[in-house]
Amino acid sequence: MSQQITIRRARKSDLDHVAGLDERVTGIAKPDYWRDIYTRYAARRTKERFFLVAEAAGGEGECPVLGFIVGEVRAWEFGSRPCGWVFAFSVEPETRLQGIGERLFEAMSAEFRNAGIETMRTMVARHNRLHMAFFRSEGMVAGPYLQLEKTLNE
Amino acid sequence: MKLQISSRLAIFALLELAGDPQRQVSVSEIGEKFGVSAHHLAKVMHTLGRAGLVRSIRGVGGGYSFAGNARRTTLLDVIELFEETSSVDCDMAEAGDLSSAEWALSQVLCEIDDIARATLGAITLSTMLKQIARRSEAKPARATASA
Repeated sequence: MSQQITIRRARKSDLDHVAGLDERVTGIAKPDYWRDIYTRYAARRTKERFFLVAEAAGGEGECPVLGFIVGEVRAWEFGSRPCGWVFAFSVEPETRLQGIGERLFEAMSAEFRNAGIETMRTMVARHNRLHMAFFRSEGMVAGPYLQLEKTLNE
Repeated sequence: MKLQISSRLAIFALLELAGDPQRQVSVSEIGEKFGVSAHHLAKVMHTLGRAGLVRSIRGVGGGYSFAGNARRTTLLDVIELFEETSSVDCDMAEAGDLSSAEWALSQVLCEIDDIARATLGAITLSTMLKQIARRSEAKPARATASA
């Protein structure tokens, strides 16, 4: 069943909920990482850094944060003109397929657009079909850069 | 990358039907639209029917309608009904029967195949329909801009 949600900037009181949601989805607890992300992306340079959460209407439930998305404007890395980078994104598994991810994505697109940005980028594990299919359904396509890597212990 | 004709026809037919799941379309109508023989298309539709992606309706005004889940059916799901997508090179490389040069080349070809499969496996019929709709919306805007 779909529910009413609000998309807003993250607050410090959301941190435990965000870290809990991330742990439920990834199976890895990283509270220090989320504290650092909050400090860097929600408390500073907020005209170019965006930490958004989807909150259930009322916001008083056991876990009011149903999803989050974090991104920033990056410029001139690898010669790229300024673009919007999304580097963290998650939706509570039990509330998926209700459009929450789409609302978060659209809100982030609007923030980037307001910041004068015309291109939005992210990176997805090639075999993560869920994430790949989601970003594709939002209109994202392969960009002009390829991620490369090298194993250093060979 | 090239797809076999059957795979392409299957994707075109599914997009035609999934765009309006209530609509029933005859094989000859689809065939006319994409310029292929009803005979060839009938075989494709039969395969799609066995996979549960289309439903055949008999009788006057009958034809095919969409029976799958457009948000869950990927291009790779459809293509794999008609052709092999895993690379022979990758299987050989894993078996370890190759010379060093053959192995190095197979690594490159496997990488390309893997990216192609990941891409096809992430694009659903629903995403394709959205892409088509976006293009249709953009076309009049472009025409106005150039007028």
